[in-house]
Amino acid sequence: MPPLLFYLLALITLGFGFLVVTGRNPVTCALALAASFVGLAALFLSLDAYFIGVIQILVYAGAVMVLFLFIIMLLDIKTEEGKKLNLPAIVSGVLLAVLLTLQIIAVVGSTSLAQKGTQDTPLALADAAGKIGRAALPTITNDLKAGELPDAKLIGFTLFDQYGFHLQVIGLLLLVGTIGVVVLSKRERSAP
Amino acid sequence: MHASIILLLPFFSALVILLGHRHLKGAAVLISVGSSVISFIACVALLAVADDKDNTKLLLPFLDVGQFHANIDVLIDKQSRGMMFIVSFIGMLVHLFSLGYMKDDDAKPRFFGSLSLFMFSMTGIVLAGNLIMMFIFWELVGLSSYLLIGHWYQKASAAEACKKAFLTNRIGDFGFMIGILLLFGLNKGDVSLDNLRDAFVHGGALFDAQKSNPGIITAAALCIFMGAMGKSAQFPLHVWLPDAMEGPTPVSALIHAATMVAAGVYMLVRVSFLIEASPLAAEIIAGIGCFTALMAALMATQQNDIKRVLAYSTLSQLGYMVMAVGAVAMAAKNGYEPHAAEPGHPAMFHLYTHAFFKAMLFLGSGAVIYACHHEQDIWKMGGLRKHMPVTFYTFAIGTAALMGVPFFSGFLSKEAVLGVAFDSGCKVLFIAGAVTAALTAFYMTRLLIVAFFGKPRTDSAHHATEAPMIMILPLAILAIFSVLSGYDILATPLQAMKPPHVEGHQTVLWASLIALAVGVSGAIYLYRGKDKDPVNIKLFANKFYFDEIYAVIILICQDRLAWVVNALERIVVDGLVARLPTAIVARLGAATRMLQGGHLQGYTFLLGSGVIAVVYLVVFVLPRLGH
Amino acid sequence: MITLGHYLVVSGMLFALGLAGVIARRNIIIVYMCLEMMLSAANLALVGFSRFHLVNGLPDYTAQSLVFFTITVAAAEVAVGLAIIVALFRSKQSVDVESVTKLQG
Repeated sequence: MPPLLFYLLALITLGFGFLVVTGRNPVTCALALAASFVGLAALFLSLDAYFIGVIQILVYAGAVMVLFLFIIMLLDIKTEEGKKLNLPAIVSGVLLAVLLTLQIIAVVGSTSLAQKGTQDTPLALADAAGKIGRAALPTITNDLKAGELPDAKLIGFTLFDQYGFHLQVIGLLLLVGTIGVVVLSKRERSAP
Repeated sequence: MHASIILLLPFFSALVILLGHRHLKGAAVLISVGSSVISFIACVALLAVADDKDNTKLLLPFLDVGQFHANIDVLIDKQSRGMMFIVSFIGMLVHLFSLGYMKDDDAKPRFFGSLSLFMFSMTGIVLAGNLIMMFIFWELVGLSSYLLIGHWYQKASAAEACKKAFLTNRIGDFGFMIGILLLFGLNKGDVSLDNLRDAFVHGGALFDAQKSNPGIITAAALCIFMGAMGKSAQFPLHVWLPDAMEGPTPVSALIHAATMVAAGVYMLVRVSFLIEASPLAAEIIAGIGCFTALMAALMATQQNDIKRVLAYSTLSQLGYMVMAVGAVAMAAKNGYEPHAAEPGHPAMFHLYTHAFFKAMLFLGSGAVIYACHHEQDIWKMGGLRKHMPVTFYTFAIGTAALMGVPFFSGFLSKEAVLGVAFDSGCKVLFIAGAVTAALTAFYMTRLLIVAFFGKPRTDSAHHATEAPMIMILPLAILAIFSVLSGYDILATPLQAMKPPHVEGHQTVLWASLIALAVGVSGAIYLYRGKDKDPVNIKLFANKFYFDEIYAVIILICQDRLAWVVNALERIVVDGLVARLPTAIVARLGAATRMLQGGHLQGYTFLLGSGVIAVVYLVVFVLPRLGH
Repeated sequence: MITLGHYLVVSGMLFALGLAGVIARRNIIIVYMCLEMMLSAANLALVGFSRFHLVNGLPDYTAQSLVFFTITVAAAEVAVGLAIIVALFRSKQSVDVESVTKLQG
């Protein structure tokens, strides 16, 4: 992908992220977060992770954002006006963020692994079809032979082939989460 | 497997009884007696087991930490088989005797539970394949002895006696532990008896230590002997044994005559290779044994309590055995036998014969005490011969065996002990042994004459009647053993380690006969028909004032020590250990409380700082340090 | 040329932004949004690694499965977290984190 596009997407992601952190109005923050996630999803697409990108938009920019907005509306939260800024907190937060960023840049700069470009690691779809061979489903190999990346199929295959148990545990977690939410949001009745 | 049955049966019996004695009542007695009978049968079966190439059998890996292994393993050889027979046989008879003797006791289940506990621990000592296991059971024996001596804890003297026994034993056990640890360090952490013996016989780490530094081997031998000193009541730790007679008489018979006090001697024989390796230790052991034998015999001549006479006689005989252990090691240096413990050991043989006749004497005294309504003073008895004929005859047989009348078992074993003392090359040992033999004959004759002959001196002696059957039976059985146990017909199948009879010991033979004659005739001359003690030697009657001397020493030491400890306590414990850390912790607490403000943002900040610090250390610092 | 390092730096900066937000902001809902940002930043790093670590000439789908799980857990977490916020708001009538200091020692 052209470097310019990458920088544009990174700018969208980080810029709207910055808006989330600095925004005074919660609604503004929520919308900025949604925009940031769209940028992030685009970055995922640029990494050939189409399924994850789509999921990111569906789950985060869709469902989660709606939840946030819904809660903001429900609780009728106003802009934080008149409140003093918490200066020590802001200073320490910025300090940590800067330190962390510097550290990550230093780590990235010091390893050769991070110097790999997209051109150095091109996807070899036709080869992969042969290499995966019988281990995969015919529909995957057919797609690969046709020169397409069957992204969702491959994730699905990995999930159900290797991580079936984990998937069920996650399902259980969602169930427990649902029950937890019901319990938490139930209004406590005063004793009769 | 036999060994585990013998070991575990009394354990379960003790466990069941001590846990549930409130609900068991009469069943407790049955369980205990039953377990003792079954383990006796198992021990008899064990006698038939042939020697194996590898005698040590692992029962349970007790501790396994890195290089350190402490196992519960059993070593079944000639010594342990023979000893097991004595322990289980006398244990069973004492159980039976107790059925009668303790009939009216309220705390019968507790008594029998403790008795089973004792049987378990004693079995453990006898079968122990390594010194650590032996030490564990050594302590257990001390505990059960404590429980049994203090069985009538309502009596102040019994409560004091059990405390005294326990504490005195602790002193010895402390030395024993240090000895074990010395061997542990010298032999690279291996204290199994087999391997220790191999290390001495075939060379090894211990052998090198012996070559380069004989002092440390002597120290180890003497420390280990200290354990025996406590359990077998050797001078200067002998003071607890006479007081231990406060316990019920069957307990005295089992623990303080036949088995537990013999455990020290048994243990010394077990490690006889160690004593042989150190001539100095052998001499000290023989000397202490000899001194104890003589001293206790002197004390016994002036005691009036029937059980105390027997207690001092036990002390004296134990001194004999310890002397034999030392003398054998000394004689080994003179080319007596290369490994004297192998074919027969005079100490073990005397232990074996002594166990039978002394247990019998104690049980007999128990029968007398029972018949005279718990009267123990011999001057308040008299004329019991006519009232209790069976008791009298068995008692007389036991006395004869103890005195060493020819053709009784004691004669043979005592001669073996005197013989090895003669061979050791140290005349003092032999002469002191002969004098002790004369004194033994003297005080036992005195006891017999005063208690059983003459006229009854009190009402209770007048109305004494023969003990019930259940108490007579063990007496009779033991009487048979007291006569026959010295002969090969019994000694060989019971693996009593009878030493080969040494010809040419005319001196020894005549010495023991003369000693016997002098003692008996002296006693008859002095005590015949007397109602009061014609001889009165305060020094002997008051046990050489050992108790008083110890009390003074302890008082002085205690006061000084208390002063020092008090100072230490004020400065070190109170100041440095208690106050200073308190102040530091209080300051730290105040400081850290600031962190726990309950502010979400503060926590997050700390979390983030932690992450940064960890990444910094892992990525930038550690690689430079070469990780 | 865009390298793995570029993606990682973006991911790290997004994470740092989120952390700064969590520390500096007092509105608990916004704190929550920042948390979501931090999670997404981790996802970006994972997908980046997945793309640049080829297995049989294809991206490493184990990493993407992990991202899938993360997104699922994050969704559940948002649901529960928001429910907690609602319950908190009911009892405190405030969404200020400073109003919740019961944990102080």
